Amino acid sequence: MKKKATAIAAAAAAVLALSACGNGGSAESAKGEINYWLWDANQLPAYQQCADDFHTANPDISVKITQRGWDDYWSTLTNGFVGGTAPDVFTDHLGRYGELAKNKQLLAIDDAVSRDKVDLSAYNDGLADLWVGQDGKRYGLPKDWDTIGLFYNKAMLSDAGISEDQMKSLTWNPQDGGSYEKVIAHLTVDKSGKRGDEPGFDKNNVAVYGLGLNGGGDSSGQTEWSYLTNTTGWSHTDKNPWGTHYNYDDPKFQESMTWFAGMADKGYMPMLETTVGASMADTFAAGKSAINAHGSWMIGQYTGYKGIEVGIAPTPVGPEGKRASMFNGLADSIWAGTKKKDASIKWVEYLASSACQDVVASKAVVFPALKASSDKAAEAFTAKGVDVTAFTEQVKNKTTFLYPITDNTAKVKGIMKPAMDAVVSGKAPASSLTAANEQVNALFK
Amino acid sequence: MTTLATRSRSASRAAFSSGPRGSHRRFGDLRVALLFIAPAMIGFVVFYVLPTIRGIYLSFTEYNILGEPEWIGMENYQAIAKDPLFWNSLAVTGQYVFLNIALQTALALGLALLMHNVAKSTLIRGTLLLPYLMSNVIAALLWFWMLDYQIGVVNQFIEWAGLPRVAFFGSEEWAIPTQAVINTWRHMGYTALLIFAGLQSIPGHVYEVAKLDGASAWQTFRKITIPLLRPVLVLVLVVTVIGSFQVFDTVAVTTGGGPVNATRVIQYYIYQRAFTESDFGYGSAIAVILFIILALVAFIQMKFLKGNESDLD
Repeated sequence: MKKKATAIAAAAAAVLALSACGNGGSAESAKGEINYWLWDANQLPAYQQCADDFHTANPDISVKITQRGWDDYWSTLTNGFVGGTAPDVFTDHLGRYGELAKNKQLLAIDDAVSRDKVDLSAYNDGLADLWVGQDGKRYGLPKDWDTIGLFYNKAMLSDAGISEDQMKSLTWNPQDGGSYEKVIAHLTVDKSGKRGDEPGFDKNNVAVYGLGLNGGGDSSGQTEWSYLTNTTGWSHTDKNPWGTHYNYDDPKFQESMTWFAGMADKGYMPMLETTVGASMADTFAAGKSAINAHGSWMIGQYTGYKGIEVGIAPTPVGPEGKRASMFNGLADSIWAGTKKKDASIKWVEYLASSACQDVVASKAVVFPALKASSDKAAEAFTAKGVDVTAFTEQVKNKTTFLYPITDNTAKVKGIMKPAMDAVVSGKAPASSLTAANEQVNALFK
Repeated sequence: MTTLATRSRSASRAAFSSGPRGSHRRFGDLRVALLFIAPAMIGFVVFYVLPTIRGIYLSFTEYNILGEPEWIGMENYQAIAKDPLFWNSLAVTGQYVFLNIALQTALALGLALLMHNVAKSTLIRGTLLLPYLMSNVIAALLWFWMLDYQIGVVNQFIEWAGLPRVAFFGSEEWAIPTQAVINTWRHMGYTALLIFAGLQSIPGHVYEVAKLDGASAWQTFRKITIPLLRPVLVLVLVVTVIGSFQVFDTVAVTTGGGPVNATRVIQYYIYQRAFTESDFGYGSAIAVILFIILALVAFIQMKFLKGNESDLD
């Protein structure tokens, strides 16, 4: 009896395997199941609904969504490319797609975009063009964007006698830190209740830091320091996208980093060594920091903590009279090895259409790439009681700069992470970045 | 593991004693022998020998896994010789291995003696193994949270005791010792079990004689237990040192090589070069170097501590 059951199971498995092959063989058909990967669990419900709606509209195609955490996402994806098990469609990052395109893992979608008349001007300015590779081909359609803002603890602000209007009109410069540093100093409180700008402040026993710290910021400093360094006229690379020379040796940049590391030394920001472990957002929720500079994708988390009133202010205005925020966008790309090319293209176009982006907008988790959907997301946030103008005004006023898109991004990060950590932790002067910069630029020779 | 080792030793002795038989008979057994060896052999070849050969080949190439490997001869090795991060990773790993092995072996020996002489209940002996039953990653994460600077329970106790908080994972001085101690905590029960098995193989009459001669407890330990335990201790050292050199998971889930380069141990550096930075040729070359180092370490240990001889004969 048992033997028979195993035999049947084996036969069934064989049939399954055969049918799987059959499916794979019928290439180019807009039918069957496509695999789709993303890393942000907060966005899963929105995209699941998109997948369900898509299936209703295209009964021949179903979409299987897999969510994998950021830490494993890229190595699992690489294994999939090599092993032939990569998803047909996946959420792609600006810092990664250059290398993937170079290694011929991405499907160029120019033909489909022109055939299906996708309106690229409907996306927020610049987002669609980010996905045109060095070879001039398009490797993805934009899905969302993010900018940086200052999350602050409203109760701490009012205790310190700082108005929210003041908070929204901060200035910064690398010499004395401007009103940004003054506010941070005033919001810092030591264990005996002395504020950071009062005589007798004990920087070694701080109860509340004025500014939270996420880490050293490695090569991009996306949420850590780029919103400051890039107000001075400095930029990461000679041109963006596809720069071939990094500028960490620029005295302007090093001056800004000296100021940034000095904040920890003055006791206004936690030492880097104390930030290994609990996330910056959680320590903010525990009342250990008053202001956290962080990305718009964190809105849900910051406003979700119970018992803390959170406000969001735009990043400070720099020496050149403008704010600056890194502008990063994600897109959906198609794996070059997909067996279901047509279905995948359909799904990517659906993800980039207002049908899906409006669904994403309604969940108020991220800002969709389409201008119209972005506005709907802002409304959805407002309906939840969250004012997100701090993030949207950077885009409206064109004070954003792009995430540095180059070759060798993983190697650049490998070199810059320890170098930046050493500077931010005060173990090395900012001038040490010149040597790291030489190492980085040697990668492009 | 010890029992396995002793068993194979007596087995080989048996094989020798049955030496004078004809070669015909020996080859007659070959087929059956191969049949029995096959399952282990196939696994060994497929999962160890072939990947090792491929790894050695890749170490002479430039390979980003998505393209084809390109032969570049000794270039990877030449670059490694000049790579400060490689030498740093060796130093960091060495520091880790020293702390981990010294602590672990001393504590495990103490525990084994307690198990042998005092704690005879199976429940207590079993309890000592508990940390080992936990996955490395879980153990690391558990301590990562408990030792957290801001919200960890250990730092809360330290503060209540009136001492300054310690950045166990965040400071360059503490990061490696912290991880060495965590892994000591996880592995010492298992190591103790191995040593305990060795203790049980020491015949009781030796101790009786020592007692009759009026030897003190310390003298007995030093002159009888340690020498008779030596083969087992050497084996334990070889196994734990090799394991210790391969520390990876604790680092990967906690500090990720940082702060700065303080915990960039050699295995993590291999992973970083190969999987994060897609430089599989370079990563393979470091892996080959690690392989050679470990083979040397094991050889030296066996040779100079005479691990393959027993004083009981």
